Amino acid sequence: MKILVCISHVPDTTSKINFTDGDTKFDTNGVQFVINPNDEFGLTRAMWFKEKQGASVDVVNVGGAETEPTLRKALAIGADNAIRVNAEATDGFYVAKQLAKVAQDGGYDLVIAGRESIDYNGGMVPGMVAGLIGANFVNTCIGLEIEGDTATAIREIDGGKETSTTKLPLVVGGQKGLVEESDLRIPNMRGIMMARKKPLNVVEPVEASGETKAVQFEKPAPKGDVKLVSPDNVQELIDLLHNEAKAI
Amino acid sequence: MSVLVYTESEGGKFKKAAFEVASYAKEVANMLGTTVTAVSINGGDSSELATYGVDKVLEVKDDKLSGFTAKAYADVLKQAAEKEGAKVVVVSSSADSKFLAPLLAVGLNAGYASNVVALPESASPFKVKRTAFTNKAFNITEISTDVKIVGLSNNAFGLKESSAAASAEAFSPSLSDADFGVSVTSVDKAADKVSIADAEVVVSGGRGLKGPENWGLIEDLADVLGAATACSKPVSDMGWRPHSEHVGQTGKPVASNLYIAIGVSGAIQHLAGINASKVKVVINNDPEAPFFKAADYGIVGDAFEVVPKLIEKLKEFKSNNA
Repeated sequence: MKILVCISHVPDTTSKINFTDGDTKFDTNGVQFVINPNDEFGLTRAMWFKEKQGASVDVVNVGGAETEPTLRKALAIGADNAIRVNAEATDGFYVAKQLAKVAQDGGYDLVIAGRESIDYNGGMVPGMVAGLIGANFVNTCIGLEIEGDTATAIREIDGGKETSTTKLPLVVGGQKGLVEESDLRIPNMRGIMMARKKPLNVVEPVEASGETKAVQFEKPAPKGDVKLVSPDNVQELIDLLHNEAKAI
Repeated sequence: MSVLVYTESEGGKFKKAAFEVASYAKEVANMLGTTVTAVSINGGDSSELATYGVDKVLEVKDDKLSGFTAKAYADVLKQAAEKEGAKVVVVSSSADSKFLAPLLAVGLNAGYASNVVALPESASPFKVKRTAFTNKAFNITEISTDVKIVGLSNNAFGLKESSAAASAEAFSPSLSDADFGVSVTSVDKAADKVSIADAEVVVSGGRGLKGPENWGLIEDLADVLGAATACSKPVSDMGWRPHSEHVGQTGKPVASNLYIAIGVSGAIQHLAGINASKVKVVINNDPEAPFFKAADYGIVGDAFEVVPKLIEKLKEFKSNNA
């Protein structure tokens, strides 16, 4: 089985978010970049398929040279090969078109991408890749087993979960649950050394249009101070929520 | 060239989100000087949609569509959009809508903006405001394709009544086997519980509750308020509560009208995930907990003393305001 894991290069979850150039660009100054957490759950599940079922695992990212350390980290975790599509990831549809090309050229059986990146939260890349290559698709996937060409997937739905069966080729929108937080791997020294020797192929993008564009950013308005209520007077909280906040 | 809206139903009844996306679609249609067409798949009483400004309902009745299948549902919406010549398609932020929207976008070659929180800033160019960086910021996104898909964030717009006639029309799209490549074998869903996505009020517990045996407190409070229950990441990591209740940056996003956090310190990742909620309340015995900086209302106190009192007073309030 050939697996492709799509890796988005995103600011660490603790990053302070700021913008530059008249609030038109994300300010990367002092920001630590990591593998998108939703992708990392998928990558770790892919490692399981590699170790238990002999799958091969490639990772791919659409981005400039600055994203290579993130791909190297994925290699250090255990992926076999990395591919970087040398283009700016301007819009989810554009990224999906690039990934679809890589997925098609490589003849992958399973493509895993995070259900969304934690920076733009577009939540469209895995579904669009599936639509573009005509593969089956399961989003918000929290459990995945594969036997031969049949997959059993569990999807998180509002208020519960749903189990389905489908055939490969399959695209999965991954998230926590594919593996547990405690299953995530920190690359060891041997992994890091080996990752330096593994192939990282840079390919040029296919001609494609972006369909959306983030033209302006803004930060939420600063919040007023919290109104404190005495623990001996919870009735006051109810009155405030009812009369002032109109929330109950 | 009407505005097309996907009005979801469950068990033959429209979901609240259906009325919200219909209300939103109506305002967008007003901006564009056109009408609203809803697509209802094995749905509720179409006349209910008239209250929220829907002019026409395409009713799809098909046993093959009795359970949600993203690809087939996306195909239905694609054919409906083409039939109506729709330039804007509005969907909700339910798990199902987020599942089908990217497939629909490919089908219609349409730009898609998810997590949209307001009416378009302008119709030409078409610009919408959406959340980004997991609620730490907003961005204005311009969609440049001929057909545009807007995914409206839950509770972002609310319900707005405006009467219309809502003529119903049977619609029978042609579906192929490829639409049913994923077959659902079982659904595990608590029928009597409000889901976090659908809830107007969410009550959340953190490590301050000391153990899973104390969750009755959270559940009792949630019961009085008709709320969904949620938890912080450490609580789900320790296995006190299921992952499905974990809210935050890597868990579920929350966009409720009221969010009550009990014994949750307020790590930056947690706050990011719940920031879209309108009113935030924190109860914590540590006055230095970061959550107090993000909350609208707070009580510094012991949850085990404060929450039972709150439940009692809320019961009185509810019986007086019933």
